[in-house]
Amino acid sequence: MKTNKIFISGDEAAAYGVKLCRPHVIAAYPITPQTITVERLSEMVEKGEMDGEYMHVESEHSAISVCMGASSVGARTFTASSSQGLLYMAEGLHYASGGRYPIVMMNANRSVALPWSIYGDHRDSLSLLDCGWIQVYVEDAQEALDMMIQAYRIAEHKDVLTPMMVNLDGFILTHTYELVEIPDQQKVDEFLPAFVTPNKMSFEEPKNLAFSSKPDDNTEFKYQQNQAVLKSIDVIKEVDQEFEATFGRKYHDMVEEYRCEDAEVVLVAIGSVCGTVRVVVDKLREEGMKVGLLKIRFMRPFPEQEVKDLAKRVKAIGVIDKDISFGYEGTVYTNVNSAISKVENYVYKSNFIGGLGGRDITKAEIEDMFHKLYAGLDKSREEKVEFFSLNVETNE
Amino acid sequence: MTATTEINKIINEDNLVYKKTNLLLDNEMHYCPGCTHGVIHKVIAEVIDEMDIQNETIGVSPVGCSVLAYNYIDIDWQEAAHGRAPALATATSRLMPEKYVFTYQGDGDLASIGCAEIIHACNRGENIVVFFVNNAIYGMTGGQMAPTTLEGQVTATTPYGRNTALNGHTMKITEMIALLPGTRYVTRQSAETPAAVRKLKKAVRKAFENTTEKKGLSFIEIVGTCSSGWKLTPTQSNEWMKENMFPFYQLGTLKDE
Ligand SMILES: Cc1ncc(C[n+]2csc(CCOP(=O)(O)OP(=O)(O)O)c2C)c(N)n1
Repeated sequence: MKTNKIFISGDEAAAYGVKLCRPHVIAAYPITPQTITVERLSEMVEKGEMDGEYMHVESEHSAISVCMGASSVGARTFTASSSQGLLYMAEGLHYASGGRYPIVMMNANRSVALPWSIYGDHRDSLSLLDCGWIQVYVEDAQEALDMMIQAYRIAEHKDVLTPMMVNLDGFILTHTYELVEIPDQQKVDEFLPAFVTPNKMSFEEPKNLAFSSKPDDNTEFKYQQNQAVLKSIDVIKEVDQEFEATFGRKYHDMVEEYRCEDAEVVLVAIGSVCGTVRVVVDKLREEGMKVGLLKIRFMRPFPEQEVKDLAKRVKAIGVIDKDISFGYEGTVYTNVNSAISKVENYVYKSNFIGGLGGRDITKAEIEDMFHKLYAGLDKSREEKVEFFSLNVETNE
Repeated sequence: MTATTEINKIINEDNLVYKKTNLLLDNEMHYCPGCTHGVIHKVIAEVIDEMDIQNETIGVSPVGCSVLAYNYIDIDWQEAAHGRAPALATATSRLMPEKYVFTYQGDGDLASIGCAEIIHACNRGENIVVFFVNNAIYGMTGGQMAPTTLEGQVTATTPYGRNTALNGHTMKITEMIALLPGTRYVTRQSAETPAAVRKLKKAVRKAFENTTEKKGLSFIEIVGTCSSGWKLTPTQSNEWMKENMFPFYQLGTLKDE
């Protein structure tokens, strides 16, 4: 089979993915490391390679509002942001999910000020886990492109109608180059039909969109919204299967297990660091250690069932967090832990926090995490939340 | 006599005609060749030094290429979120009315995302100085279109030139600000030639003196270059600025009360 592969960055891959989905409106405000995506898209629009309209807005707060305005008349919309920009959008993110506008966004994961930093970690999107958006974290440029296509299918599904955020690690994915296969437009058109929604302004069916609620109905709205996000779990699975049948690539739905079949000790992670963990797993396997990786793809909805299934089979689970919920623990850990607590067997757990503000997480550090998890098994280490490779005096 | 001893004879205090102000630190600047930020920093540092207000001046840096200004001018600094410098400066100046508080903002920071903050600070007539560096582009993020981008100007997000029908008209924010009663001194300067730099310096001095006199807000726009963003050499950038920006952004004082 002839394939169309080109050598592009993660940001560009996202742009190609968006282009294939034929959005009507793209509204964005530039921010490093998202800029290349919006630059490519504006170029595609200006060159006439895309039919949509690119709107230059004065801030992210306006970008998300433009997307809502477009979505409310039935347009497929896209925006992209990162870090400070994503946070500046936060009010609109809740509006968009509450209004059930299936906007798709690319977020280039980047640290959050202060101290001001352009480099990557997951503190931006994880701090917005509760804004009602579906959140997926990708591991490479191909997955970034493919998830744009899947994202519109998931978000626009009639039972879901929920916006979706595709997260790419800043610089590690956005600015590095890979060979990426560009799917055939005709196939994408067949896979992703035109956006139809009952939730739009229409003269045939006049209605108000985006209204106020009172104490007697707000809980009901939020219940329905929660049901819709839960329902997306089935849709995510369906879409991934169909995607594989059409394009030959699959992403294993909510999570991907890597060498977990007979594993005793497993590390859980999200995003690009999973690539490094795979290499370490291979090395330790060769040395005879029964280790594995659980790559969490979706943080919302959360893969509770998948984590529980794994917890029933293994003895120790470590979670890498490129974020910290100050005063407690890493957010991925909190979520994983909540699922683990629902199984009957005891699993040794630990949280490894690091890679903040763009610091690399090395193979040696990951290997060390596996050894610490083994130490937990023979009771020579307590369960704990640990900032690894700290260059500062601790009095713990 | 060797060349070195000859030079050492020349380099002595008596022969000194120009000296970098001590307020300008020795840190190597991260600005690209041809960028105007460096010259503007120098002018501000010199005025603060000459007025002897180093220990009474607080700068509020923006998000943009000049986010690291604290590495270069030896005064107290704080950093605002993108566009919010006038709000931070408002509070600082109201709580420390005897201090000289200024914001230093790019055209993305001030005219785009921070448009509301600057209009309201000007309207309230806060006793601060605002330096507005207009290079017609978002420099730091790699040269995308700003509200100040000229019609037809090529940027990273308008690869075929700004189309005003789609992307809106080029904003003359300084003219808008001059209409607000809270502003006392509103001027547009450049740093293109030594003569322009001298004029700019007079304007900066006047602005800080307005703070002394508690006159209200002084606003200095400086039309500048962004060689990297414009994809031109430093010399070409100056030419481009003269040919395209000066006719649109006419230099001169709009208000002096
Ligand atoms: C809320 C938010 N949105 C976007 C950005 C990304 N950003 C950083 S600097 C900048 C624009 C800088 O342009 P300008 O103000 O003209 O200053 P210059 O760099 O040209 O001096 C942008 C959009 C950000 N830091 N925060």
